[in-house]
Amino acid sequence: MDENGKKYWLDKPGSVTLVYRAVWVVCALLAVAEFFYAQHPVFEFESFPVFYGLFGFIVCVGLVLGAKELRKILKRAEDYYDR
Amino acid sequence: MIADLPPGLILILGALAIPFIPAGLRRYYMLALPALGLLQLLLLPTGMQGQIEMFGHTLTFVRVDGLAKAFGIIFLLAAFISVIYGWHEEEALQHVAALVYAGAAIGAVFVGDLISLFIFWELTAIASVFLIWARRTERAYWAGMRYLVVQIGSGVILLAGVVLHYRATGSIAFEHLGVVSLGTTLIFIAFGIKCAFPLLHNWLQDSYPEATVFGTVVLSVFTTKLAVYALARGYAGTEMLIWIGALMSAFPIFYAVIENDLRRVLAYSLNNQLGFMVVGIGIGTELAINGTVAHAFTHILYKALLFMSMGAVLYRVGTIKGSELGGLYKSMPMTAGFCIVGAASISAFPLFSGFVSKSLILTAAAGEGHWLVWLVLLFASAGVFHHSGIKIPFFAFFARDSGKRCEEAPTSMLIAMGITAALCIGIGVWPTGLYRILPFPVDFVPYTTAHVITQLQLLMFSALAFSVLLRTGLYPPELRSTNLDSDWLYRRLFPALLRFIGDMVAQIHYRSLLRAQVRLHRFIATVYRHHGPQGALARTWPTGSTVLWVAVLLCATLFFYYL
Repeated sequence: MDENGKKYWLDKPGSVTLVYRAVWVVCALLAVAEFFYAQHPVFEFESFPVFYGLFGFIVCVGLVLGAKELRKILKRAEDYYDR
Repeated sequence: MIADLPPGLILILGALAIPFIPAGLRRYYMLALPALGLLQLLLLPTGMQGQIEMFGHTLTFVRVDGLAKAFGIIFLLAAFISVIYGWHEEEALQHVAALVYAGAAIGAVFVGDLISLFIFWELTAIASVFLIWARRTERAYWAGMRYLVVQIGSGVILLAGVVLHYRATGSIAFEHLGVVSLGTTLIFIAFGIKCAFPLLHNWLQDSYPEATVFGTVVLSVFTTKLAVYALARGYAGTEMLIWIGALMSAFPIFYAVIENDLRRVLAYSLNNQLGFMVVGIGIGTELAINGTVAHAFTHILYKALLFMSMGAVLYRVGTIKGSELGGLYKSMPMTAGFCIVGAASISAFPLFSGFVSKSLILTAAAGEGHWLVWLVLLFASAGVFHHSGIKIPFFAFFARDSGKRCEEAPTSMLIAMGITAALCIGIGVWPTGLYRILPFPVDFVPYTTAHVITQLQLLMFSALAFSVLLRTGLYPPELRSTNLDSDWLYRRLFPALLRFIGDMVAQIHYRSLLRAQVRLHRFIATVYRHHGPQGALARTWPTGSTVLWVAVLLCATLFFYYL
C-alpha cells in the first residue's frame, strides 16, 4: 500500500515467491524444449544436455561468489580517494 | 559542394553558435543540427572527397564507405536523441560541448588520413571533458583532469605513431595498418587507450559516472565507439585483439557485480560490451566485422537508454547508489519500463536489439574454431544479463522499497527514452534494416529455433542463479564502498612512489649539503689558522727583523756581484 492508497501486486505477500517459482517453471520448460528440435552444435560440448542452461547457471553462481571474494581484497571506504 | 564538406562540421560549427541563439529557439536549433547532418550524410557519394593540400600532405576529410557510413549514421542518431534527452538542461556550455564532441567523433569517422584523424581525436577529448566538469563538484573536477590527461595522452601517442609510421612508409593514409612496426604499434596503443583495453580501461569507469546526467549519456556514445571504428579500420584481423577482447568482456563484470554506483556498473558493462566488438575486429572476417559494426550500433542505443534511465533516477532522486535506491517502479513506472527494455536489449533477449548483433560475433568466433574465446563470450553474455540485465533495474526500481518517492522523469527524457526503446525493439524485431547498412553483405538468420531456445536457456538459467542466490542470502548486498581498480595505480601507488622518490632525493640532497658544509667549515678553519689574526703568515714583524733581512739580502747581492 502506497501513501496515495495505490496497491501494488508486488507488495502482496506471496507475489515474489510466485515470481521465483515462475522462473523455475520457465527454466524447466526450456530444458525440456531442447528435445523437440534439431540442434546444430558447432562444438562437441554443445550437445551436452541443457548445455546452455547449465553453463549459464554455473558461471553466474561462480561470477557472484567470485566477485564476493574479490570484494574482500578490493573493497575500501567510500571516501577512500577523497581522503 | 556538399560532398566536400566534412561530415560533423555542421555539428561543430553549428554548436559554436548555440550561446548566441535565444533560449526559446535554441533547442529546436540544436535538434536541427544532427538532422541536417544526417541529411548531408545520406547525400554523400561513396569515395574520397574534400581533399586539402597542406604542408605537402594530402588531407582527406571525406572518405565515405560502408564502415564509415554505418558509424556516421548511429553517431548522428545518438546526437539527435541526446539533444532531446538534454532538453531540460539550461546551460549552453554543456550543449556546445556535446555537439562539438559529437561532431568531432563523426568527423574522425570520415577522415581518410592519420593527421586529420589526430585533429578530430584530440577535439573529442577537449570537448567532452566539459561534460564532466559541468557537474561542478570537486570529484568531477579531478575526474575530468584525469580523463583529460589520459585522452590527450592517447592523442600524443597517436601523433608519435603517425610520425614514425610516416618516416617508415611515407604514407599518412588511414587504411589497414596492422601491428607491424613501432609506429603502427604506437597507433594501436593510442586506439587501445580510447577503447579501454584491460589495464588502460579505468579512465572510463573513473570519469563517466562523475559527469552530469546529460553528459554521461553523451559520453557513453562516442569516445569508445570511435576507437572501435578506428581499430576496425586499421587493425582488422589482428589476432591479439581476440584475446584482448575476450579479457575485456570477462573481467569488468566481476567489478560490475560489486559496484554500488549504478552508473559505474553501466560503465563496467560498457567495457564488457566493447570486448565483444574487439573480439569481432580480431577475428576480422566479413561476418565478424559486420558483427562488430552491428553490435556498436545496437550497443550505442541500449547503453544510452540504460544511462538515460539511470540519469533520470539521479535527476529525480539525487542519488544513484544501489544501497540507497529500490522500489522506484512505484514513482517512475515509465522510466522503469524503458530501463527494462534497455536491460533486455543488452542481455540479447530474442526480439531485442542485442540478440541480432551479438550473435553475429559469437557465430563468427565459433565458425573460426575459437572455442575458448567462444566460451568466454558466452560467460560474458550470461554475466552481462546478470549485472546489467537484472542488477540495474532490480536494485533501482524493485528490491526492497527504499521509501523514496519522486516524480516520474521529465517528459523530454521520457520521449528520448521512448524513441531509443522503440529503436531497440524495432531492430530486434526487424534486423534486416540494420543488416542493410553493414559494411559487407549479410547472409545470416538470427531467428532459428535452436538459437532462440539456447539463448533463452542461457538467460533464464542465469536469472535462476540470481534468484536462488538472492533467496538464499548468498548474493552480496549493495554496500557503500569504493572498489580498487587499475586507477589505484595512478591515484595511489604512483603518487606514493613519487613521494617516496622525492623524499629520497631530498634526503640525499640534505646529507650531501651537510657534508659539503662540514668540509667548507674545515677549509675555512685551515685558512683561518694560517691567515687569521694568529696565523703564521699574517703575523706582524718588528722593524728590526726587516732591517736584518735587508742587510742579509744586501750581503747576498754583494757576494754574488763579486763572484
